[in-house]
Parts: sequence; C-alpha cells; structure tokens
Amino acid sequence: MRELIKMVVVLTVLSAFSGGLLASLRNGTKDKIEYQQLKFVKGPAILKILEGATNNPIEDRFKLKDGEIDRSFFIGKFDGKTDIIAFESFGKGFGGDIGLMVGVNLNNDKIIGVGVTTHSETPGVGSRAKTEPGFVAQFDGLPLIETFKVKADGGQVDALSGATVTSRGVAAGLTDAGLIYKRLKPQLADKLKDFSKKAGNTK
Amino acid sequence: MAKSITQEFVKGLWEEIPPFRLVLGLCPTLAVTKTVENGIGMGVATTFVLVCSNILVSALRNIIPSKVRIAAFIIIIATFVTVVELLMQAYTYPLFLSLGIFIPLIVVNCIVLGRAEAFASKNGIAHSLADGLGIGVGFTLALASLGAVREVFGSGTFLGTPVFGPSFHPFSFMVEAPGAFVCLGLMLCIMNLVGKK
Repeated sequence: MRELIKMVVVLTVLSAFSGGLLASLRNGTKDKIEYQQLKFVKGPAILKILEGATNNPIEDRFKLKDGEIDRSFFIGKFDGKTDIIAFESFGKGFGGDIGLMVGVNLNNDKIIGVGVTTHSETPGVGSRAKTEPGFVAQFDGLPLIETFKVKADGGQVDALSGATVTSRGVAAGLTDAGLIYKRLKPQLADKLKDFSKKAGNTK
Repeated sequence: MAKSITQEFVKGLWEEIPPFRLVLGLCPTLAVTKTVENGIGMGVATTFVLVCSNILVSALRNIIPSKVRIAAFIIIIATFVTVVELLMQAYTYPLFLSLGIFIPLIVVNCIVLGRAEAFASKNGIAHSLADGLGIGVGFTLALASLGAVREVFGSGTFLGTPVFGPSFHPFSFMVEAPGAFVCLGLMLCIMNLVGKK
C-alpha cells in the first residue's frame, strides 16, 4: 500500500511540475513564435503585396473578432497614409486549403495585391498559383466586394491551364475575403484611424 | 564505476558513438541528414534533451519507485523535448520547419531513454552529465558527418555553399532515403575496419 501511494505521488508531482514548467515556457514564447510564423510563412506574401510600405506590416498588426474566429490584419503605410490592409482567407483547392493573403485599399475597396501563403496543390500544376506572378496579378485593381469565378463557370478569372480546381479555390478564397471585408469594414476603418492617430502622436 | 568523468565523456565520441557503434537512434539519423545544418541542429537538440534528462533522472534516482521508473523517465524526457520544440520554434524557425516531426520524435529516440535507464538511473549526477554530453556530442558528430557526405555528393554544397564547380551534376540519389541507408552502411563498414586494427 505504501509503495502504491509513493508511486502515485511521485508520478503526480512529476507531471504537475512538468505541466507547470511547460505552461510558463509556452506563455513566455507565444508572441515570439507567432511572430516567427508570420515572418517565415506569411511574411513573404505580405511583404510582396505591401511592397514599398514605410512601416513594418508584420509588426503593425492587429486582431479582430469575426464571429468566433480571431483574424489578423496587417497595416501597410504608404506616403504617410494608412488606408491599406492585408489579411488572409482560405479557399478549397485540389489538395486542401489554399491560404491567400489579400491586400485591399479601404478608400475604394480595390485589391492592391494577392499572394498565396500556404497550399498543398500538385507541384508544377496547381502550385503555379504561387509561383507564377501573372496569375495573381490579374486581381490587382479589381473591387474586392464582388464574387469571383473562373471563366469556365461564367466569371472573370483566367484559370491556370490544367489547374481549374486550384483556380476555383483561389476564386472562392477571394470571394470569402470579400465577405470578411464587408463584415468587418467599419471596425477596420476605426482601427486604421486609431493607428494613424497613434503614429501621428509619436512623431 | 571505476571510470572517471572524462572517460565517461570520451566513450560517447568513439567507443559507444550512438548510430555507428550502438546502432541506436537510426530514425532521425537516416531521416534528417540531408544537409549538415539539419544534422547539427538535430544533434544539438538531442544533446540538450540527453544532458537535461540524464541530470534529472540521476538526481531523482532514489526517489522514483522502480516499478514506475520508465513512466517517470518518459515524463522527464517528454518535458525537455517540448522545451526544445518551443525554443526552436521561437528562435530558429527555419530549422524547426526543416526538421519537422523529428523534433517531437526525440521523445521516442531510444538513445535518450536508453541512457536514462542504463546509465543515469544508476550513477551520480556528475557522471550522468558527462555521459549525456559525450553521447550527445557523439550523436551530433555522427549526424553531421553523415549529413556532410550526403550534402556534398547529393547537392554539391557544404552548409549551403557550393563546393564543386558549376559543371558538377548532383548525385541526387544521396539525398533520398536509399542514399541514407547506403551511406550509413558504408560509414559503419569504415568504422569497423578502422576499429579492428
């Protein structure tokens, strides 16, 4: 009996101690890890869309609640004006979800750039959505509030040849981005106003 | 226990060098040694876990009841592996991405549990530290040398810098799984030949 109690006590204490240590370490590294993930996974797409921004969009980010999901938004500052924002949306592709980073100008609702962040499409076929700049460039300047469809489905998007499912996924992701944008636009505008005020004060 | 602390350290470098002499821990050895950098990263991560778990197991060896010792060792090892995982995510993210699943899999690396069970649970803290460090450094050296051979022939680079002229055609067999087996086999063979003399 004594031995049994000792076994239980030792294992419990050990597990509790280990749990406590890991929880505190996790809290301590959470922000750092999030930043690293943004920098290496989404960073390239964000920086390409917001090329020429005078701030660091990855540091100047904020979160908004969209229903139950927390979404991150990245602010791009151009010529002292902060009216451009980038955020991520997803569309179903051939091999899974395609992550899209969409940059939009809040003044005229127009897309300023689209980039693929994460995907598991067929290498050399669907993956061209990420590697061929021409494909995503066709969205530049289009208003984000409309529905996107590939031409074969009666829409306006030029599909990648041989990768219609991927192109549909990108179109669906953009449509979804438009919905998110419509839902959150008032809050986004508020946040941007706050941000430019803050930046103005520190200068 | 006649061995001195230095001897405990040195034995891990040649006499008991894990992948080549003990032929333990082959899963990460074969999987991550595509490049020298991956090999060193994996080796350092494993060394950290080995040293920390050896110290703790040795310190607690009289408290842990022998019936549940394996469970207790696994808790200790898993804790340190998670620590390594979080730290690598926070500070060396690209390396974390290229090692992927093999970081959490250090938990089931039989070298770590093997040293805890066979050595640290029977020896003092200083000796266990030396043992963990020796085995860890040996493991790192083995992974780095295997990684070096595979990277030089398989992609024509060493730590990312090209070593051959532009006319070199990479021997891509070496960076794939069969290349890992062949390469490990040849290195074992060389080790045995040298060891016999």
